[in-house]
Amino acid sequence: MTKSELILKLAERNPHLYQRDVEKIVTTIFDEITEALARGDRVELRGFGAFSVKRRDARTGRNPRTGEAVDVHEKFIPFFKTGKQLRERLNTD
Amino acid sequence: MTNTVTRAQLSEAVYQEVGLSRNESADLVETVLDEIVGALARGDVVKISSFGSFSVRAKGQRVGRNPKTGEEVPILPRRVLVFRASHVLKSRINQGLMDEAKAARVKA
Repeated sequence: MTKSELILKLAERNPHLYQRDVEKIVTTIFDEITEALARGDRVELRGFGAFSVKRRDARTGRNPRTGEAVDVHEKFIPFFKTGKQLRERLNTD
Repeated sequence: MTNTVTRAQLSEAVYQEVGLSRNESADLVETVLDEIVGALARGDVVKISSFGSFSVRAKGQRVGRNPKTGEEVPILPRRVLVFRASHVLKSRINQGLMDEAKAARVKA
């Protein structure tokens, strides 16, 4: 399912809404999550999961092809932990 | 301190942006999550462009160990969710956290 398919499904479930409003709803949700993570905040959606940011220290990496040492800067990576309910839902059928 | 964003803030943002009632905004946030969960439960991959993708991976049975007692216990085959962040999301986060004060909120 892609973002546009998600929008279509929501539009089907909410025939009273304009498609452009449905699009805006979906975009707003993912933008809010993105902005929160860019501030270093956590996003916790009970039953679904939690998004957070983890820091990776600077390190000396290696170009796997040439073996050459390269400096890798400190960086931040987004992390998602699946919520309990969703985890259980994936394993019931 | 790290702040936590929850459904309440997402609903508020939808309310501000779209101009539906607060109640309906909250319902729609729930419906979005519900559709994603439904797709994943069917084993679908959910791809949200410029955000990331959620996919389900089947794990085989393996032998685990109770860390407290050292006892061997079988870990049954199961399905786990994998989230892969898009490059857009990763670069947005790194841009945002270049500011040291914000970065200090994040643990290694």
